[in-house]
Amino acid sequence: MAIQTEIIGLPPRSRSRLAALRFGDFPLIPVLILGCIALVAIFANLLAPHNPEIGSLAARFKPPFWQTGGSTKYLLGTDQLGRDVLSRLIFGARVSMIVGFTAVIFAGVIGTTLGIISGYLGGWVDQVIMRLTDSWLALPGLTFAIFLAAIVGPSMWNIVIILAVTYWTRYARVIRGEVLSLKEREFVRLAIVAGCSKWTIMQRHILPNVINSAIVLGTLMLGVVIITEATLSFLGIGVPPPQAAWGLMLSDGKQSLMVGRWWLSVLPGCCIMLMVLSANILGDWLRVKLDPQLRQL
Amino acid sequence: MSSSIPSSVSYEPTGQRLPVKTGPLLELENLSTHYVSSGGTRVVRAVDQVSLRINAGETLGIVGESGSGKSTLALTILRVLPPAARIVEGRMLFDGEDLVQKSDAEMRHIRGKRIAMILQDPMASLNPLFTIGDQVAEPIRVHEGAGRATAWQRARDLLKSVRIPSPETRVTQYPHEMSGGMRQRIVGAIGISCEPRLLIADEPTTSLDLTIQAQYLNLLRELQRAHGLALIFITHNLGIVAKMCDQLAVMYAGRVVESGPVSRIFNAPVHPYTEALLNSIPRMGDSAQRLTAIEGQPPDLAALPRGCAFAPRCDRVFDRCRVEAPPEFAPAGRRTARCWLAAADSTPSDMLVQSGTA
Repeated sequence: MAIQTEIIGLPPRSRSRLAALRFGDFPLIPVLILGCIALVAIFANLLAPHNPEIGSLAARFKPPFWQTGGSTKYLLGTDQLGRDVLSRLIFGARVSMIVGFTAVIFAGVIGTTLGIISGYLGGWVDQVIMRLTDSWLALPGLTFAIFLAAIVGPSMWNIVIILAVTYWTRYARVIRGEVLSLKEREFVRLAIVAGCSKWTIMQRHILPNVINSAIVLGTLMLGVVIITEATLSFLGIGVPPPQAAWGLMLSDGKQSLMVGRWWLSVLPGCCIMLMVLSANILGDWLRVKLDPQLRQL
Repeated sequence: MSSSIPSSVSYEPTGQRLPVKTGPLLELENLSTHYVSSGGTRVVRAVDQVSLRINAGETLGIVGESGSGKSTLALTILRVLPPAARIVEGRMLFDGEDLVQKSDAEMRHIRGKRIAMILQDPMASLNPLFTIGDQVAEPIRVHEGAGRATAWQRARDLLKSVRIPSPETRVTQYPHEMSGGMRQRIVGAIGISCEPRLLIADEPTTSLDLTIQAQYLNLLRELQRAHGLALIFITHNLGIVAKMCDQLAVMYAGRVVESGPVSRIFNAPVHPYTEALLNSIPRMGDSAQRLTAIEGQPPDLAALPRGCAFAPRCDRVFDRCRVEAPPEFAPAGRRTARCWLAAADSTPSDMLVQSGTA
């Protein structure tokens, strides 16, 4: 049999898991971008040329250096309070990274767990969890977030919690649907007739098969979460103002976009876009690499 | 293929070396499983008053059309029925213990360990995300609490015993890297991994081509012999029954209409349904004739006729068949038949069981 597989021309396969992750199609640019953002976030204090929270009113609305009126002192210009945009972007990376990733991970853990339990156990457990999810979805998400923010008060970590409890429902829905089809698969039945307990099956057979969807959903949710963070900041209940956050900057810049001060909103917008896009591409690559059937192709 | 299991295999069967207990390994008594609709308005009698017995080391074939309750019977024995199904009456004595009375936790220790099952589509029975070794080792780890290294070593031995070449490398591969026949044998290896006493195979060869089928059946027989397994073989292929089985039970509309030793049933079927089934097998040499079919459709299990369920399709039907369902009669020689035609030369099987003629 071993000889036969050689004959039909399958490439000889390396046994090592690491080598199996072929690096030919590795999404280098997205990883570099995310890596840069992460590094910038970590070393923000060293990199930022100015204090991001204190500006000089004399230097309000300076354009980026290549435009007339710009100076190399403020490479990417200044905002309505004379704060350096570049420094704010650098510190904003920290907030966006923390808020984006932790909120997505928290929401993912809650949603995936409930989705698997709901889908696999079925019956009244499913009913309870799904009705909870339904009513959660029926709540206007933003209003709910405002309500929560009003209760717990604005701070970066509260935003993380608010976003997590607002967005877990999407995971729960998607994952439950996957589980419903998975549990009819023969290998789950075989596990049942082999005497595995429900928890063992959920852990060993269901979870690994839905984790790909959860990761892909997570990379998509990253964008939504960052935008919601921006909205909350815009409404004054997000990251509290002097602190720099991309979403906050985007909203702050909106008013002056009409009078040509594009750099105030376009630059943070680009940062958000780069981060979300990179995360999406990386997530897609991960999805392929985590699936042993696709890995070989 | 005809040689026995390689001697290097460390799988010393332990079960059949023990003195065989008197009495059958599994005895089903008057077992009924019904599907009840949520309102309780529709009751589907998927398995109805089934009494069967199987001894250690024996092969029991269960044949019948689709929807005759074969698979539900298998699921009933393992107590892995879908939520809508209920075991409404009867006993299942396995090694003298009634499986109907067992708690879920107790059943979990029996499933996979003492009674194993091979599913209808073994091709899809493997989890695509785990290596072969992980999956063959899983029941060993679950049931015997063996460590990873021990379980994997046994997985390698098991793969060898089901004739997977170079098991050392195969254990680290994934299901999609195997051919259909190999996956099938791997599922077989999972089935015997905890040395069960009873293996239920639910149409294990339907998804295989004929040459692989034959190989797989040979393998099953060898495993059975080497491990002293009792085998319940669910199929609709009478050719396989003739090749594989000692005992045969023919199911129709949820009931066992005829059971007994294969050779006797094949030579002299008592029930007209069995006879019709046997006549519908195409034979070499008479290609000129049309194949014989059984006219009509199987009955709706939720609305069975008052008399014998087969009466509307039976060509030897008489008045009594339409008004009264036949009980299980026992013609000579460990046989049973649910047919009034058998009434003349036999006694009802209840009497037979009590007099201990088995």
